[in-house]
Amino acid sequence: MSLAKITTITGRGVHVPGNDIDTDRIIPARFMKCVTFDGLGEFLFHDVRKNPEGVDQPHPLNDPRFRGATILLSGANFGCGSSREHAPQAIQKHGFRAVIAESFAEIFFGNCIALGLPCLSAGRDDIRKIAAAVESRPDAEITIDIAKGEIRFAGQTVRAGLRESARAALVGGRWDAIGDLLEGVGDVKKVAARLPYLAV
Amino acid sequence: MSKSLFQKVWEAHTVRTLPGGQTQLLIGTHLIHEVTSPQAFGMLRDLGLKVLMPQRTFATVDHIVPTDQVSEPYADPLADAMIRELRRNCREFGITFFDRATGRQGIVHIIGPEQGITQPGTTIACGDSHTSTHGAFGAIAFGIGTTQIRDVLATQSMAIGRLKVRRINVTGRLQPGVYAKDVILHLIRKLGVNGGTGYAYEYGGEVFDRFSMEERMTVCNMSIEGGARAGYVNPDATTFAYLKGRPYAPSGAAWEAAVARWRAFASDPGCAYDDVVDFRGEDIPPTVTWGINPGQGVAINETIPDPAKATAADEKASIEEALAYMKLTPGAPIKGTRIDVAFLGSCTNGRLSDFQEVAKFLKGRRVAPGVKAIAVPGSQGVGLLCASLGIDRVFRDAGFEWRDAGCSMCLAMNPDKLIGDQLCASSSNRNFKGRQGSPTGRTILMSPLMVAAAAVTGRVADAREVFGVSS
Repeated sequence: MSLAKITTITGRGVHVPGNDIDTDRIIPARFMKCVTFDGLGEFLFHDVRKNPEGVDQPHPLNDPRFRGATILLSGANFGCGSSREHAPQAIQKHGFRAVIAESFAEIFFGNCIALGLPCLSAGRDDIRKIAAAVESRPDAEITIDIAKGEIRFAGQTVRAGLRESARAALVGGRWDAIGDLLEGVGDVKKVAARLPYLAV
Repeated sequence: MSKSLFQKVWEAHTVRTLPGGQTQLLIGTHLIHEVTSPQAFGMLRDLGLKVLMPQRTFATVDHIVPTDQVSEPYADPLADAMIRELRRNCREFGITFFDRATGRQGIVHIIGPEQGITQPGTTIACGDSHTSTHGAFGAIAFGIGTTQIRDVLATQSMAIGRLKVRRINVTGRLQPGVYAKDVILHLIRKLGVNGGTGYAYEYGGEVFDRFSMEERMTVCNMSIEGGARAGYVNPDATTFAYLKGRPYAPSGAAWEAAVARWRAFASDPGCAYDDVVDFRGEDIPPTVTWGINPGQGVAINETIPDPAKATAADEKASIEEALAYMKLTPGAPIKGTRIDVAFLGSCTNGRLSDFQEVAKFLKGRRVAPGVKAIAVPGSQGVGLLCASLGIDRVFRDAGFEWRDAGCSMCLAMNPDKLIGDQLCASSSNRNFKGRQGSPTGRTILMSPLMVAAAAVTGRVADAREVFGVSS
């Protein structure tokens, strides 16, 4: 299976501040009543972007200055809660190509990588600096160098953390594991045969 | 060399190391439901793949089912389309489906154990973060996304990095009126909502030794709310007694052999852990949440945090955000907060013992005027048992609506939803913004008996006082 090698991402950013932003907030459960992921992008952060009457309220994603941003910035423990892949799907389908946050919840992180959506961790002060740069010049581009583990913006460079297995998967074009897993099916059957509960 | 259960199960299920460094881990048991699986079957079709071991995947319908309507088509056409899609997928790929007509339907994390599918020393995956529940049996159970559901369907395995193991001891005894739910809310409050990132939690100590399987499930269920992808309890006589005679449990001569194997999976005495944390059972109070994540909890007799007293700017901001959403007053007692709805159910607290314990105290009491109270058994099996014991009658007589099995108001994908900014006393697992179906709805997490206390008084209350619980 041939996948894109994801080595660098360049684009404009938008900062959605806050810690512990959960997947229910990213995509409320009622939008999961669907049998495909198509169309989820428009419901990204729906209930914090709209008031109860469904009218836009102040939110970074509603701010015309940040329209077209492809890099999402946030706080600690981003994507906690439900394992719903609808959350990364909504982020990706909205047009984002990467997420930079202080830290990520584990299932969310894995779901993102499997879609080729890099999740980079950065220090709190560094995120603050990037956010300040985005705020003062929304049209300026940020570059995420996945191979080097760097984020470059407004003439500055900060470190971008990414666990090695994810980095290798993105850079090597192996982020969707299905190809690798299928190669191991023969071995799966051998291991299964040794486990009494799997004997039929 | 002595090993932890996690290590033994991991090694027994390791297929190989993948080129990127992750492990290809055999998943012995795969559970699916209607919300996160349809896209996975779609991906399978797009790639022209089959289900490798259809006999190792089990399906049910739980998230979207209405709990006040059994006949189809459902009033919600989207929900109806989802159940039909799951039925079609199971038929096409030869997967066992515990549909409502089987009498064995229910929340996926309730029916796995109930049917005896969940067993010690196994690996389990399900497209739902509360899959950690199954760890109560000494299984290593992971919540996964839809792409990984595809992986498990196609290869009966998934790519995953090895977790560290944190042993959490709860020694001594719990005070009367303190339940498994209080234990896990207290642990998350102390260890943080992301304290478990990178870890599997191994729960042990005298409190867990004495816990029933259902109590162990309540704690393991919410491991993910503490950031731990998996949580487990070592299998023991309680585990084996629970499993004996269940439909998918080994029987006859195979039973003794299975018990011997299961026992051997338990962590060896003196095995190494990456971290160890100790709690005293006596120190754990009835705990309720006040905020918008499960770590924002207080003892029932404590006050709502005051952002002015926060030590870090971060903490101040998160308290302010939570209180603004919850419309609660800083520094006020949490006890006495008016509630609108009481919800008893979910994969955390929707089992027989949850309803049984509440029924003991609810007899002769009435739900307070103006409170909507609903009780939703976690499975058709739980519902039948409650009916046979007259428990449903106790709830109905008290003014609760007694419903059919499903996830219901835990995540409100079915018609059971909060309206506007209603405040719900809930036995479920998440108090996120909008979680219970209204974008401004508010949730206070608590044990089932505390939900009952809130239902009958119309306020957040100390169940020990309301029901005279004493030693």
